[in-house]
Amino acid sequence: MSSVAHGDTVMNKERRDFIRKAGLGVLAGICATSGFLPAFSLEETILPAWDEKPVPGKIRWGMVIDTRKCLGECNECVARCHHVHNVPDFGNRKDEVKWIWKSGYGNVFPTSTSQFRSSEVLQRSYLALCNHCAEAPCTRACPTEATFKRWDGIVSMDYHRCIGCRFCMAACPYGSRSFNWRDPREGIKEASVDYPTREQGVVEKCNFCSDRLTKGMLPACVESCPEKALVFGDLNDPNSDVRALLESNSTMQRKPELGTKPSVFYII
Amino acid sequence: MIEKALKGNRNYWLWIASLLAVITAGIVSYNSQRWFGLTVTGMGRDVSWGLYIAQFTFLVGVAASAVMVVLPYYLHNRKEFSKTVIIGEFMAVSATLMCLLFILADMGRPDRVLNVLLYPSPHAMVFWDVMVLNGYFMINLVSGWTVLGAERRGVPPPSWVKPIIYLSIPWAVSIHTVTAFLYAGLPGRHLWLTAVLAPRFLASAFAAGTSLLILVTLVIKRTTGFDTGSDAREKLAVIVTYAGIVNFFLLGTEFFTAFYSNVPSHMHSLQYLFFGLEGHYSLVPFMWFSLLLGLGSLVVLLLPGMKRSPKWLAAACSGLVVSIWIDKGAGLILGGFVPSPLEEIVDYQPTLTEVGVTLGIWAIGLLVLTLLLKVAVSVKSQE
Repeated sequence: MSSVAHGDTVMNKERRDFIRKAGLGVLAGICATSGFLPAFSLEETILPAWDEKPVPGKIRWGMVIDTRKCLGECNECVARCHHVHNVPDFGNRKDEVKWIWKSGYGNVFPTSTSQFRSSEVLQRSYLALCNHCAEAPCTRACPTEATFKRWDGIVSMDYHRCIGCRFCMAACPYGSRSFNWRDPREGIKEASVDYPTREQGVVEKCNFCSDRLTKGMLPACVESCPEKALVFGDLNDPNSDVRALLESNSTMQRKPELGTKPSVFYII
Repeated sequence: MIEKALKGNRNYWLWIASLLAVITAGIVSYNSQRWFGLTVTGMGRDVSWGLYIAQFTFLVGVAASAVMVVLPYYLHNRKEFSKTVIIGEFMAVSATLMCLLFILADMGRPDRVLNVLLYPSPHAMVFWDVMVLNGYFMINLVSGWTVLGAERRGVPPPSWVKPIIYLSIPWAVSIHTVTAFLYAGLPGRHLWLTAVLAPRFLASAFAAGTSLLILVTLVIKRTTGFDTGSDAREKLAVIVTYAGIVNFFLLGTEFFTAFYSNVPSHMHSLQYLFFGLEGHYSLVPFMWFSLLLGLGSLVVLLLPGMKRSPKWLAAACSGLVVSIWIDKGAGLILGGFVPSPLEEIVDYQPTLTEVGVTLGIWAIGLLVLTLLLKVAVSVKSQE
């Protein structure tokens, strides 16, 4: 009786060991294929959250707009951006929501010199969008961190946290922020599936296409420009296209005297 | 003690009923704003704050002016203010309540208001303003109610209330300073980006808020027969006079800096408000009316003997309240948004819905004030 009992326990132990090892093996297999163990994964996976922890200030996304190429009535970038991001259009100024738009020289650069500028320069339209300032007054004014500076320099919005106090709108010296005075879905003609719609009562603005950057795509305005007048890149990378343009051209920022350090530059 | 607010004559109940009617209209208006969004107001992309924030700013001043009776009575033992102090404190309670309601009414997502506390952001002035306003509300309610309760029982007020009363003095200054800082730290809004904004807020608060206090004591005297004393009113009128002079002096310094320096961005808002800019004159008559009414009221207060006549005193105080209400409400808030950051001029006009909500909140404030003062007067006159 005792030997049978002994054999029984031995067998039980072996069975338990087998089950344990087999289980671990299956688990390891799942992990490897799903990318939890990058060295053994079947497909190369990038896990930026773990291997490449973002270093604040390492990257600073910026844009150079060559206004010499941005001429005429072309509104391609505005249309593309507003379509991709489901920006509503109500056809009136009071409820207007806009992420990027064209305006006059004196409107976009009110503190820059306009005396004796050539009439061609003064009559041209200039693109205006969020400057993604290095020293953003809007993020400082926000009482809930609903608008905040990302590690890559983008001034972002959390539409789910925004209380709609519109302090950021009062703080922004560029008029780059819009409030959803009414339900934005009523103002969207052709809905896009690329970006969620917002709700009534929150502020929104250009996000430098942070949604597209994660997919390795350029901002919608940059991609859509038929004249390639918009160049996007890392201002902190001395070898980037934007830096090359900044070095080889004389450029302007909007209202530089306010110390906001805009990340959007203009070649006039 | 609150049961004393439930006993009153016919006029008292008529007044309460009419306030409730206005509150109901306000709730109906607010309901439409919640449903359709803030598009039902006159605000828009360019002028993104309007009547609500203007009322808020004005009422912070009314709240802060309680310090003008608390300070002489408790710190300097000026007995002539003994009957006015409680009125000042209860006015502060109701004014602060209205401030908080106006902020709530202005918010796009009032259901998320607690985010201000859930994600405290010391870099945002709104965070501090919410802190100091709620604190001021509690301080005045607790100290006013406690002292009044002790008086009703015929005992001296408990010793723990003294530090709270003393705290209310710097706290009153803080609420209006922080409120000024909401505006004075924003780059690109030149009308607001001025170091004298906080001092000017305090001066206009002590002029208009104290004027309103004088008017309330006159109304109480007429409706209940309870007199806080003409001596106290005259002393308050002196405070009003000096505060009013300082207010207009500071306004003058704004004009000097803007126009002598000749910097366009510093001149534009003042030009828009007082002279009209690029064909936009909608606020010009209001601003001049405000200026002349304010200066005229100060002249009345400065003429010897005039402030001893209750009628002239009431007229001058009403003049100053209206003058500063226009200047601080309409002028200061709207002028900050014009011209816009892109140098565009957009005129603002409040809608009926917006006016309905505004009147509703004023009615809530007046209802709370009426109930509190009813209790105070009943206790004071030992009914």
